[in-house]
Amino acid sequence: MKRLPALLALCPLLANADTITADKQPLNVHAIGMFFVFVLATLLITWWASRRTRSAADFYSAGGGITGFQNGLAIAGDYMSAATLLGLSSLVFTKGYDGFIYIIGFFVGWPIVTFLMAERLRNLGRYTFADIVSLRLDQTRVRSFAALGSLTVVCCYLVVQMVGAGQLIKLLFGLDYRTAVVVVGLLMLVYVIFGGMLATTWVQITKAVLLLGGGTTLMLMALSRFGFSFETLAAQAVAVHASGVQIMGPGTLLADPINAVSLSLGLVFGIAGLPHILMRFFTVPNAREARKSVLFATLFIGFFFLVVCILGYTAIVIVGTDPQYYVDGKLGGAMVGGGNMVAMHLAKAVGGNLFLGFLSAVAFATILAVVSGLALAGASAISHDLYASVLKKGKANEKQEMRVSRIATVCLGIVAISLGILFEGQNIAFLVGLTFGIAASANFPVLIMAMYWDGLTTRGALYGGLTGLISALGLVVGSPSVWVGVLGHAHAIFPYDQPALFSMPLAFLVIVVASKLDRSERADHERAAYADQFVRAQTGLGAAMASSH
Amino acid sequence: MTTDHPNHALTCNQVRANPKFQRLASQRALLAWSLSGAVLTVYYSYIMVVAFAPAWLRLPLYDGSHLSLGMPIGATIILLSWLLTAWYVHTANTHFDVLSAQILQETRA
Repeated sequence: MKRLPALLALCPLLANADTITADKQPLNVHAIGMFFVFVLATLLITWWASRRTRSAADFYSAGGGITGFQNGLAIAGDYMSAATLLGLSSLVFTKGYDGFIYIIGFFVGWPIVTFLMAERLRNLGRYTFADIVSLRLDQTRVRSFAALGSLTVVCCYLVVQMVGAGQLIKLLFGLDYRTAVVVVGLLMLVYVIFGGMLATTWVQITKAVLLLGGGTTLMLMALSRFGFSFETLAAQAVAVHASGVQIMGPGTLLADPINAVSLSLGLVFGIAGLPHILMRFFTVPNAREARKSVLFATLFIGFFFLVVCILGYTAIVIVGTDPQYYVDGKLGGAMVGGGNMVAMHLAKAVGGNLFLGFLSAVAFATILAVVSGLALAGASAISHDLYASVLKKGKANEKQEMRVSRIATVCLGIVAISLGILFEGQNIAFLVGLTFGIAASANFPVLIMAMYWDGLTTRGALYGGLTGLISALGLVVGSPSVWVGVLGHAHAIFPYDQPALFSMPLAFLVIVVASKLDRSERADHERAAYADQFVRAQTGLGAAMASSH
Repeated sequence: MTTDHPNHALTCNQVRANPKFQRLASQRALLAWSLSGAVLTVYYSYIMVVAFAPAWLRLPLYDGSHLSLGMPIGATIILLSWLLTAWYVHTANTHFDVLSAQILQETRA
């Protein structure tokens, strides 16, 4: 049973919160210097963006004026969090090939998003994915549900990122945990409030370029130690790793097929239910650019994941044999700074303190960019869905809506900072399972059915979506990592940590049954409206245009 | 939004009546669903091998190699899914978009 919590804890999107036994490090001057350069650059971007952000369309979707290539980088940036670099490389470092299996799972959702969702998202949506699900259904109820789904996912994920940020920064920069959380929260507020989607996108692009560049440089420097030969690398890694030749094949981590399949379902379809990722598809002018943006994003993500895998294996030889990276110099014991610092130690080993500083700054930049995207997605759910569409029934003027979105951002910032401080030192690994579980079980089924099934009705969307939300929540609470790990009971109610295998099909089932049983007049109208929605989905006829100014 | 326009329903009817639209919709559905099926089949076959026949992935890549068969297989899954993505995007951005533009033009005319 020991591997179950480990499965979750090593989830690369988790900002490695629970595994860091953070001792505060001495102030790292190189890292702080480079971080200041990054912050300055992003503040300049925000200032530039704030002069171009006037309308609601600018704020939510950068006026639809981002190109496919730029958006591809930004999507890749949204998806590659600091934990991708740190968590996944550490996973390969300790578990070898099992880490690679994970990496593949994190990747294969993207082609599916391209084939089935990218162009429909762009053609049917405007600012939030709630636009799509409520297009032919009851605005008030369906939008409220979609906003609830978005906010739940955003809040869980924000807490994960904030706690991770605090601990990472404490480690890398030697700053106090609370100071770090407050700094991240405040910078996020500045980017989103003043620069909206335009600033958030460019911060994301800057960070993606830095992360790709930094990761690749690190890989090349590390590989040069092996004469760029994978055979030499493999031979040496097998020779020094405690598990020997086992690191070249599947190990114990994914030995339970049900947990493995449930995890992979959550990962593959969770992507298509993350509001901050979905929102990116509305920033491009048309479906053509939307498709191009996923193609570029997939390229960058796939490439980076392979880089991270190689980093893990090179670290086995370079970091794993050097006593200076272990507490008290005991090889194979606890690592200095906690188990997720492998990539950082590797950076120091091959590139010295200056490169370590650079990579630390990139890791911090990564967290900042991801939380900004999340805050923007949450603020849009509040201002565009709840305020403008539900409360004001679409009669709010743009100025009011913009004001609400900024107030909502401040509220989310306060929530994120307080929860970040409240959860200091807590095991929050379950929040990642919850985030992906809810995204895959509540947001994704309703969204894909709204796009593809003419029989969907308001009742089906509501019942099915809420079933997915509640069952994912319930199964995570009853899982070993929460029921035993957090609440301290002796036995888990539900034996698996990953809910998706059960909650996602359940949501689909309820959507279909509740829609089929819906005999109301409204339901007939909703079914009939699919025909016109289908024309718009295929041709973009009537789709929201890029704003021009 | 243009969907609120009174002529919108009429335009949609016209589009639907166009045989090119039927062709566009069915070709796109065929390609998108088969490619999704291909990626998911490849990936879940791999997961099944991991779960039930892991020894096979541990076989050496060639005699005396420390690299295992699982390494190129994993990398190939990533590469293959990207190539399929590129295939879809290319077809959609050339063939489907041309068809779609023709339909809209014929509808306006």
